Amino acid sequence: MSQTKANIEVLPRSVQLLLVLGLLALAAFPYVGTDFYLQTVTRMMILAIFAMSLDLLQGVTGLVSLGHAAYFGLAGYALAFLMPQNEAASLWLTLPLAVLASALAALVIGFFVVRTHGIYFIMVTMAFAQMVFYLFFDNHALGGSDGLYVNFKPSATLLGVQLFDLDNKTTFYYFTLGALLLVYGFLRRLLWSPFGRALAGIRINEHRMRAMGFATFGYKLSAFTLAGALAGLAGFLWGVQTGYINPELMGFHMSAHAVMMVILGGMGNFAGAIVGAFTFEYVLEVFKDLPQIGSINLGKHWQLWIGLFIVLVVLFAPRGLLGLTQRVVQGRGGPDV
Amino acid sequence: MFEALLSARQLTKRFGGLAAVNEVSLDLWRDRIHAVIGPNGAGKSTLTNLLSGDLPPSSGQLTLCGIDITGWPAEQISRQGLGRSYQKTNIFLPFTVADNIQLAALSREAQQPWNPLRWLQQATQSSAANARASRALELSGLKDRRFLAAAALSHGEQRQLEIAMTLATEPEVLLLDEPLAGMGAAEAQRMIELLLQLKQDHAMLLVEHDMDAVFALADHLTVMVNGQVIASDTPAAIRANPHVQSAYLGEETA
Repeated sequence: MSQTKANIEVLPRSVQLLLVLGLLALAAFPYVGTDFYLQTVTRMMILAIFAMSLDLLQGVTGLVSLGHAAYFGLAGYALAFLMPQNEAASLWLTLPLAVLASALAALVIGFFVVRTHGIYFIMVTMAFAQMVFYLFFDNHALGGSDGLYVNFKPSATLLGVQLFDLDNKTTFYYFTLGALLLVYGFLRRLLWSPFGRALAGIRINEHRMRAMGFATFGYKLSAFTLAGALAGLAGFLWGVQTGYINPELMGFHMSAHAVMMVILGGMGNFAGAIVGAFTFEYVLEVFKDLPQIGSINLGKHWQLWIGLFIVLVVLFAPRGLLGLTQRVVQGRGGPDV
Repeated sequence: MFEALLSARQLTKRFGGLAAVNEVSLDLWRDRIHAVIGPNGAGKSTLTNLLSGDLPPSSGQLTLCGIDITGWPAEQISRQGLGRSYQKTNIFLPFTVADNIQLAALSREAQQPWNPLRWLQQATQSSAANARASRALELSGLKDRRFLAAAALSHGEQRQLEIAMTLATEPEVLLLDEPLAGMGAAEAQRMIELLLQLKQDHAMLLVEHDMDAVFALADHLTVMVNGQVIASDTPAAIRANPHVQSAYLGEETA
């Protein structure tokens, strides 16, 4: 009974239209953008996948994880370990194994954490993520604080034929866009599945779910594992794009950024997570580029501005930017419950 | 069948030194309404929570449809055939009426959260669940309210929804904790008719404060005071029991 305010689950026409326009813009972008911005937008799409994976926990199931970056980073490390020094390993091998590594970690950690509720869940997810972080940070064999290089892009050959070349930045851009679309489509479908409905029920009233016969532990653990796997997909793509993996990717800031992206865009519908990730990254760039005024370098204090920005959004658009869009288009608040 | 659908033997729940429910035994039979009455704090709700598995008993034994369910978690007892409603309305407020009932109906489907096929099906695809849901919706009388958010319903309608969700799980045994609480006269009358209708297919435990309703509905009455059963008999015998009168019903009702 704790949460009576509904998520926006059914996307209003206005938001759907916005998403289609956004997709068209993304599809056309490589033809107009410079190389630098192509890389920036690729990174935004990767983070959008990461944010969506967290939204499955945070927005749909009501489990706020402050350690989700651990599963993002682990897949990146898996890629780094799987990639030989002198030749490219296959995409068809590295991608599933990296995602599997994250899923396994999430399964094991989830087995302990999904038993806890509310503030304890937040603390325990964070504690586990810190353990993973320091495992890599303090261990030279695992790259230590410097991290690891991913020497090659995975090769996408099938039966001796190269299907596409991830070394090509435009190709990788479209590969990432394809992954984004697949993950979004999958999660939207999942939202309306018996599994997704049960997760939403758990968010709203777990006690009643159990009284009706749902063994909620299995649902929460499955969601946690699946979210970890999808975070792993994002982490894998990150590793491929940057060619470099370090412990910061699993750190607290990375986890916290994902939480903010989901809140910023609007929780529980995955479209919000995408919008949130793009907006967050864009605003970050803008704030970092702020000019020096007198003796104060505004850009240096970007964390202050991003904090203020988030506070303003939460105050004036409690259902995130998507909720705000809906409100602006419909004149004033849609159905409030 | 001559076996009770649900039977409790010497069911006890202690909170520290306090025995909130002390050695309570009762049997629920199909086509019979067993009402539990007693003053506030008598342990009626705790008893309901013990029977449904919301609370584990400190001692005693519970049998549901011939199976020992003592110590089982609530979800397992529910799937074994027990449905309960709550004294304090316990529904999914942001969901529509139809979605509340649909979710309850889905609980009887295969529970395979790890199965990717269950991630890709449509929740509205299962005809068995849909049939359960529409039957429960029909019985509850909320059909023309089904697209409203549960939070927008009146208190009485929320109580109806509470029952409808319980029915959508198709239980053998119904535990109803104050289903009439806070209802207007007309709503209460409707609910009483519904309970009489449900009685035919279910074994029913009714915890209720409305004495008129209790005597109109119950086939058997158990009176609890301070966690203990002080009398358990037919309504007529309970009404005539001087012990019960002084403890609970009040002198003037005789």
